[in-house]
Amino acid sequence: MDLRLKEVRFLEVGPLSFSLKASERVTLFGASGVGKSQMLRAIVDLSPFTGSIEFGGQQTAEIPPTELRLNLGYLPAESAWWFDLVSPHFKKPQELPLTDLGFTSGILDQEVYQLSSGEKQRLGLLRMLEMQPKFLLLDEPTASLDPSSVGLMEDLIVDYCDKTGAGYLWVSHDPSQAKRMGTRCLELKPNEVAEL
Amino acid sequence: MKLQSYEGAKMMITLNHWDLIFSAGLVFLLAAVSLALKLGLASRLMVGAFRTTLQLGLLGFSVKFIFAQEGFGWIVLISSVMLLAAGREVLARQKRPFKGPLGYALGTGSMMISSFFVALFALYFLIEAKPWYQPQYAIPLLGILLGNTMNGISLGLDRLTSLSWEKRFEIEGRLLLGQSAKQSILLIKQEAFRIGLTPIVNTMAAAGLVSLPGLMTGQILAGGEPFEAAKYQIMIIFLIVAGTGFGILFALQLASAKLFDERMRLRLDRLKT
Repeated sequence: MDLRLKEVRFLEVGPLSFSLKASERVTLFGASGVGKSQMLRAIVDLSPFTGSIEFGGQQTAEIPPTELRLNLGYLPAESAWWFDLVSPHFKKPQELPLTDLGFTSGILDQEVYQLSSGEKQRLGLLRMLEMQPKFLLLDEPTASLDPSSVGLMEDLIVDYCDKTGAGYLWVSHDPSQAKRMGTRCLELKPNEVAEL
Repeated sequence: MKLQSYEGAKMMITLNHWDLIFSAGLVFLLAAVSLALKLGLASRLMVGAFRTTLQLGLLGFSVKFIFAQEGFGWIVLISSVMLLAAGREVLARQKRPFKGPLGYALGTGSMMISSFFVALFALYFLIEAKPWYQPQYAIPLLGILLGNTMNGISLGLDRLTSLSWEKRFEIEGRLLLGQSAKQSILLIKQEAFRIGLTPIVNTMAAAGLVSLPGLMTGQILAGGEPFEAAKYQIMIIFLIVAGTGFGILFALQLASAKLFDERMRLRLDRLKT
């Protein structure tokens, strides 16, 4: 489903206008603090904004928020966990592709506070993909991973998109990753989104 | 201290000024220690001690007058003063209350609905005083109910808003998984409900075993029949449980709904910082 922003403003940022096609793979650059995460939050309607954001041809403001967030999978830079153990955070923990991300099934019985930030980030992706979103918003998904896990994570995301036809908007600070993962590169500036 | 014989009652020990001064000394000592340890509650303790003295002293002078009033208008006036004062205390106990009039209305409204309803129920159907609003029953009963719901609601609301503040990423993390506002805040609401009800649950568990509840003790000291006093106390505790529990429930439902907007966004900007 297409994603289209028109004259979107939030906090001090905007007006931003750009469109992403349904299965487009786009990477997003931007100086830190420029509002990349805030923009992703506005897209899933977690932060207030003005202007218009369309998803699949419909104003996001008219889509029930729970439905919008199920279809637009947003993976924040830091994932949050609220139960003591890992497994209750998942709908079907037995069916997760754990080995694809270098885990064994033992990870499910671990306590959340024992997880490293890299493990949390990888598990956060699995939890988000469980919703079967139609478009992914990825906020530096590989920031705290070691190089071998970065590859696994990239492969899993590409694989998911190949299978489902989903696209993504991928925030990355790593130029080589931005080139590798994006068929199109954007840069967020305080009052525009520029093509790179 | 000296023992005095009292007509009707057995023996009543009266306190002199020095008894009060010595007990106040203990509060001073506590305030001084907390000041020395930089735990920062000294001024609140002192203000609290001063208010207790002043408020109970004034009540001591006026209680006979208040109980002698027959008019319904008087009861409405007195209970309104009690309610508004309790509402102010609930607001003052919260670290991050809602901004604006909602902050005051939330606690006060919940207390009014629960305490007044339970008091009315008890006066009309259980105690059956004639008329039902007789001040010497209505005022102390409402006082006990308001005092307890005030504790419960201020603890519960404080916990709900502070936890939401601290755990915003967890709440938003759940929203991002397509959960509703209600689901996203459920764990926090459970915790707030548990905290709010803890004092009265403790009271129920300890009653008669650890503590002698004040009302029952008072009745016995005043020469009442102990078993009758126990029955009275049991009923009062049940009323407190119902009043506190429903009051907290109401406050938490309302407050947790107000923490989100119509787009199910967590709106912590509605809280005071």
